[in-house]
Amino acid sequence: MSATAITVAVGRRRRARRRTVIVGVLAALVVAAWFASLMVGHTFYGPSDVVQVVRGETVPGASFTVGDLRLPRASLAVLTGLAFGMGGVTFQTMLRNPLASPDVIGISTGASAAGLFAIVILGLSGLAVSAVAVVAAIAVALLIYVLAWKDGVVGSRLVLIGIGMAAMLHAVISWVLVQASEWDLQAAMRWFSGNLNNAGWDLVVPLLVVMAVVAPVLLAQGGRLDLLHLGDDTAAALGVPVERTRLLCIVTAVVLMACATAAAGPVAFVAFLAGPIAARLVGPGTPLLVPAALVGALLVLVGDQVGQWAFDNRYPVGVVTGALGAPYLVYLLIRSHRTGGAL
Amino acid sequence: MTPSLNRTVSPMAALRADSLTLGYGDRTVASGLTVSLPEGRVTAIVGANACGKSTLLRALARLLRPTDGQVLLDGRDIHAVPTRQLARRLGLLPQSPLAPEGIAVGDLVARGRHPYQRMLSRWSAADEAAVAAALDATDTAGLADRSVDELSGGQRQRVWIAMALAQETDLLLLDEPTTFLDVSHQVDVLDLLADLNRSRGTTIAMVLHDLNLAARYADHLIALREGRIVAEGAPSDVVTGDLVRDVFGMEARVIEDPVSGTPLVVPIGRHHRSAGLAEVAVR
Repeated sequence: MSATAITVAVGRRRRARRRTVIVGVLAALVVAAWFASLMVGHTFYGPSDVVQVVRGETVPGASFTVGDLRLPRASLAVLTGLAFGMGGVTFQTMLRNPLASPDVIGISTGASAAGLFAIVILGLSGLAVSAVAVVAAIAVALLIYVLAWKDGVVGSRLVLIGIGMAAMLHAVISWVLVQASEWDLQAAMRWFSGNLNNAGWDLVVPLLVVMAVVAPVLLAQGGRLDLLHLGDDTAAALGVPVERTRLLCIVTAVVLMACATAAAGPVAFVAFLAGPIAARLVGPGTPLLVPAALVGALLVLVGDQVGQWAFDNRYPVGVVTGALGAPYLVYLLIRSHRTGGAL
Repeated sequence: MTPSLNRTVSPMAALRADSLTLGYGDRTVASGLTVSLPEGRVTAIVGANACGKSTLLRALARLLRPTDGQVLLDGRDIHAVPTRQLARRLGLLPQSPLAPEGIAVGDLVARGRHPYQRMLSRWSAADEAAVAAALDATDTAGLADRSVDELSGGQRQRVWIAMALAQETDLLLLDEPTTFLDVSHQVDVLDLLADLNRSRGTTIAMVLHDLNLAARYADHLIALREGRIVAEGAPSDVVTGDLVRDVFGMEARVIEDPVSGTPLVVPIGRHHRSAGLAEVAVR
């Protein structure tokens, strides 16, 4: 090996090791936060009780509170967080713009609007509502993509069209809510603001199944996604089938976003925040799918705990993450006005 | 016959375009383009702004599907070559490549190895050696741990060329590699490309703005005007006052470059019209 090869390899390994350590720490934090969510609440249960319940053993009192209430809630927080984190960073990387997150450009709003429409106007319930939401989210994503197409897609044009689309879909949501009967309103509210109050195995299991199928497909595109960050031409020259990769990334990311939205509502700004936070932590120019997913899970887990226990009132998780995300959105808008913006 | 001697004899074409019609959507940008890039030589594509030269390069790099005609790599339609295989034959440096914010030079150059990597395969000693050789060849090894954002324009361009070199292709296409660089860095980059051509035998094709630099560094010149080929051949044969008038719509004198012996275009301009035209030499 030449001297250059050795120095270059040393530098790259050092950066790779740093990344591995940080991803490991993030994963440990997610597990810790998940476990803590199982212990903390109106009644505190010690680690041994929680471990017993998770193992499926019967513990008087704890089995109901931890097993039936906290476990599905914390698990749903982890799953939706992972899905939002991956979905968000996929769009941000692909379009080279942190504003191009699905929750900013109307894709999550599309899922919400369709879900509400299915409940209130079509009278559907259960998985049928989720299916409508997934189909609508994909349709919105493709519509934005087609509208933004002009000799290729530029991130900033797509973001503007997406923001317009989000505004229109918000109007649809308002209209549907006005039509809703009091009975429907309960079910409908979940689609309106992100919260985990309805968490149960009926929501966790379908989401887990979808993620087990879709997330590996997206993760397998990770390397190509990173090359798309260099620009379409460079990526193509490096042997990336650009259009196919982009379509695969869009569809998988949108399915993840829509299914997570179906389970917990559009938890505000998690998708939008996870990628940029992950990029700050693991260092730029490294694959972000996994760290962003972990940051997303952490945001939802911690946000939900803060919303439940930090104030006199209980707030849904979306309120907490929204309060975090809004200032960052303003900051990005100011910065992108000056520099054009980058992830 | 060594390539450095007698560089005017046309060898085999590595990449050939056969009566291409090119356009975006319904808009036709160029038509009737038949050109060949001689193997192991440096080709420059020149012409005025919006003459279709970048479009031609994009078609040669398979970034644009021709509306008519075809691009042939080793006699085979380039669109029939598998993507990854093509990426091992043909490297491309676009006009304004985008670096992810904060990426380290070593990591960016390493991305040039993508065509050689399989899912789950480990980074190999061959990958390591190719990246190191690319950094050495472009004199950027000392920058490996620096962030691409911190580099000067000239350094950054070298890094991008290093990434294309790590790809280890025998064909390298570059879209205006000297834009945004001051003149000394322009010459640096072109010297670097000439070195690569001579030491590795890499076939190079580049779009260049500066006709004089093109005439000096290219073995083969393709001149375009409004989407059509006006001249193709060795610079000393094709660069004449008439060609400059045809291609750029400008009066000029063409003299011999005192340094390289290649044609040197001296624009006349309105203020020196009488003096310039009186002495126009017919080359």
